[in-house]
Amino acid sequence: SRRTMGRAMGLAGLLLGLVVVPAVLVSTSLRHGAPRTEAEPEPSSWELAADAVPEDSLWPLPQWVRTYPRQLQLAPSRFQLVHGAGSSAGPGCGLLQDAFRRYYEYMFGHSRRRTWSRRPLAARAEPELFQLQVVIEAGDPGCDRHPQLTSSEAYHLTVTEPVAILKAYEVWGALRGLETFSQLVHEDDYGSFLVNESEINDFPRFAHRGVLLDTSRHYLPLKSILTNLDAMAFNKFNVLHWHIVDDQSFPYQSIYFPELSDKGAYSSNLIYTPTDVRLVIEYARLRGIRVIPEFDTPGHTQSWGKGQKDLLTPCYNGRQPTGTFGPVNPVWNTTYDFMTKFFKEISSVFPDEFIHLGGDEVDFSCWKSNPEVKEFMKKQGFGIDYAKLESYYVQNILDIVSSYNKGQIVWQEVFDHKAQLKPDTVVQVWMANNYAHELSSVTGAGFTTILSAPWYLDYISYGQDWKKYYSVEPLKFLGSEKQKKLVIGGEACLWGEFVDATNLTPRLWPRASAVGERLWSSSNVTNLQDAYKRLTHHRCRML
Amino acid sequence: AENEPSWETPCSELLVYVSTPGCDGFPSLDSKESYKLSVSKGSMLLSAETVWGALRGLETFSQLVGRDENGTYYINETEIVDFPRFPHRGLLLDTSRHYLPLRAILETLDVMAYNKFNVFHWHIVDDPSFPYESSTFPELSRRGAFNAMTHVYTASDVRTVIEYARLRGIRVIAEFDTPGHTLSWGPGAPGLLTPCYVGKAPSGVYGPINPIVNSSYQFVTSLFREVSSVFPDFFLHLGGDEVDFTCWKSNPEIRAFMKEMGFGDDYKKLESFYIQRLLHIVSSLGKGYIVWQEVFDNDVKLRPDTIIHVWKENSMQYLNEMANVTRAGYRALLSAPWYLNRISYGQDWIAAYKVEPLNFAGSPEQKALVMGGEACMWGEYVDVTNLTPRLW
Repeated sequence: SRRTMGRAMGLAGLLLGLVVVPAVLVSTSLRHGAPRTEAEPEPSSWELAADAVPEDSLWPLPQWVRTYPRQLQLAPSRFQLVHGAGSSAGPGCGLLQDAFRRYYEYMFGHSRRRTWSRRPLAARAEPELFQLQVVIEAGDPGCDRHPQLTSSEAYHLTVTEPVAILKAYEVWGALRGLETFSQLVHEDDYGSFLVNESEINDFPRFAHRGVLLDTSRHYLPLKSILTNLDAMAFNKFNVLHWHIVDDQSFPYQSIYFPELSDKGAYSSNLIYTPTDVRLVIEYARLRGIRVIPEFDTPGHTQSWGKGQKDLLTPCYNGRQPTGTFGPVNPVWNTTYDFMTKFFKEISSVFPDEFIHLGGDEVDFSCWKSNPEVKEFMKKQGFGIDYAKLESYYVQNILDIVSSYNKGQIVWQEVFDHKAQLKPDTVVQVWMANNYAHELSSVTGAGFTTILSAPWYLDYISYGQDWKKYYSVEPLKFLGSEKQKKLVIGGEACLWGEFVDATNLTPRLWPRASAVGERLWSSSNVTNLQDAYKRLTHHRCRML
Repeated sequence: AENEPSWETPCSELLVYVSTPGCDGFPSLDSKESYKLSVSKGSMLLSAETVWGALRGLETFSQLVGRDENGTYYINETEIVDFPRFPHRGLLLDTSRHYLPLRAILETLDVMAYNKFNVFHWHIVDDPSFPYESSTFPELSRRGAFNAMTHVYTASDVRTVIEYARLRGIRVIAEFDTPGHTLSWGPGAPGLLTPCYVGKAPSGVYGPINPIVNSSYQFVTSLFREVSSVFPDFFLHLGGDEVDFTCWKSNPEIRAFMKEMGFGDDYKKLESFYIQRLLHIVSSLGKGYIVWQEVFDNDVKLRPDTIIHVWKENSMQYLNEMANVTRAGYRALLSAPWYLNRISYGQDWIAAYKVEPLNFAGSPEQKALVMGGEACMWGEYVDVTNLTPRLW
């Protein structure tokens, strides 16, 4: 759990380090049953403890870090996180108040030493650190707002006696800085809380750092989602891409169309009520995490048809309807009436500026079988190019959503099939095959893009696959500087076909942490050995 | 209506009839686990030869009980005759690569019982850590555990596991793997492991157990004497896999010994030399043994009742190994296609399910030597945070 970084390391390291001559393990070159995947052996735990440095506890690695050997001591009964002089945020800033309490708990909470024994300070050599003062510099700190793509997450942390100072332009940077500060505080072998004098200047490399959760293939209870938001905050992720509905189930309880979840959810208790949704959004906001919902259409909509008659396309066999349904029907006016009303609700329920509209994997076979659709194709002069019909549909939805002043994110097919996008539509690249080429195309056409293709974490495999996620370089594609700027970030995706509350957390973490550092830290932070050291610390702390 | 439960005759009791006494004993390889279950209007009867069969039958009975939309419990009229195809149906947990707290082991035993597994293969120690608290050699865990205060199995813990397993008809077979996989033994038993050399000087690194000094055999005798009394099952798993010869080769004393014994350059002979002595020690302690396949592959002279554990999986070669082992007259256990620690995307349970352990060329007598198999959950990437969803 969020605890003493070095303790287990320290004790074991002390014992083993003194007895076993530190060296490379000999007879472990063959893993029982598994062919060797690593080229070199991992540093053994006693090696790690022997030359540990304060930076070993940081994840993701900040842009600029200086730590000094001098340590300061923290007394849980006296140490405080407070608003500093000159901060535009004060005790009225609920977001920061909440964060102060939360980070105090993370640092000292499990410790039973919160109020007691007064061993004289003189007995210890280290001076005491009394406070961390948080200073928000912007005129409007953002306490009551929701984070946005353009929010500032930069912070400057100075840890020195008698008080440490955390400066940030907006509250979002303060949240990031609090996380980092909490990672610097460690417990020594005697149970004292220490922090090295340090100075950190930090900001994210990419502004959009997301995790996709899929609550349609398997319902995820609220607790799962909230635990995940906590983990995301530990890793400085700032977007929850909530793939909330899909073919298999429709757990989103709509106010305008209650039948959608009444008929489309797995069962009446496996839903997200408006209160649940508000809870997720607020829980996320307090951690500086945006919630971007995805209502994927026209494909991936089987569950919508249960509660909304005449929305999906009836498939035909010759002249007869087969009784099965395909994607959303793009030729009926009622479809767009529905979508207009539906997205009005979504636009008001979800405060983020963006809504993800999906648009992936549309299977044309049902459309092709339907006589009305065929007729429409003819009338529109689309020939037999159903991609044109898909684009026609998507364009209409983009217009609808745009009219509610929401930005749109779409999966890459929408771009690939040449739909007319809005200039600020964001394209999410997910197809693994030659994704670098796709990034070139998308940015070459002037669109902002999010990368997910190499980060499908639902594709589990044996061994330390975090390394392959860590080694991705999002800007490694052919393009100009201007193009590269259009890559605003990426998302680690955990599709739900084989994931539910029984296995979500261990499957996603700490593998997603690798993606978190790749998106936050500088592009030259690529050393796997160093990452291993820090990630193992970080992982134990997250538990 | 036809399917309405007959309310006049609620089923009030399941009678369990066991013909052979034996509630206080331990299950063994020869235990009979057969049972008959008969559910009819007038009565519900579970009959088995032994208590172990009764346990299996109770599990089945509990699976038959359903609940309708009104919450009423019901059961269909049923006739079941059941017995296991293979007598050794095991699960391996590795508590050395990562310590597993007691509750994780006990939970696993519960789920094993749901699935009628009857052997818990406890790969308790290995290179990375030695969590087993030995009364004879307390230094082993004091120096070799990840944390000697918290990451150990006390004698009481071990007794708890053995009894918890017994109550579920599960045998506990402990594995103390030697001569390789023993790095964690080194700190608590100075002089046990082979010092590796670089040229003429010891490098400070250690290798497998030193097979040329008497002290090794004295140590091993004492340790296994304790282990034999702590673990009641007739069988012990002695390991014997993946012995890396590099360290032995580097050690001048060992090289001299090889010459003396006329082993030439064949270190397999040295390995056999050790294993043979170990097997003799364990036999004289009144235990049977299971060994990993290398012991058989390297031509070690084995007792006829040795069980060989086939684990190497390289494109279906394991079936050949099964054939070879059984042709040589030894009993075999299959694990090769069941390394559940090797996770992959999707419904990989299907590949495990499709395995047919007897799908090799051999006589019926040979095939009868296949005792069963074990699903293995090696611990390199497994601890209490992910054990259960990874295994089940």
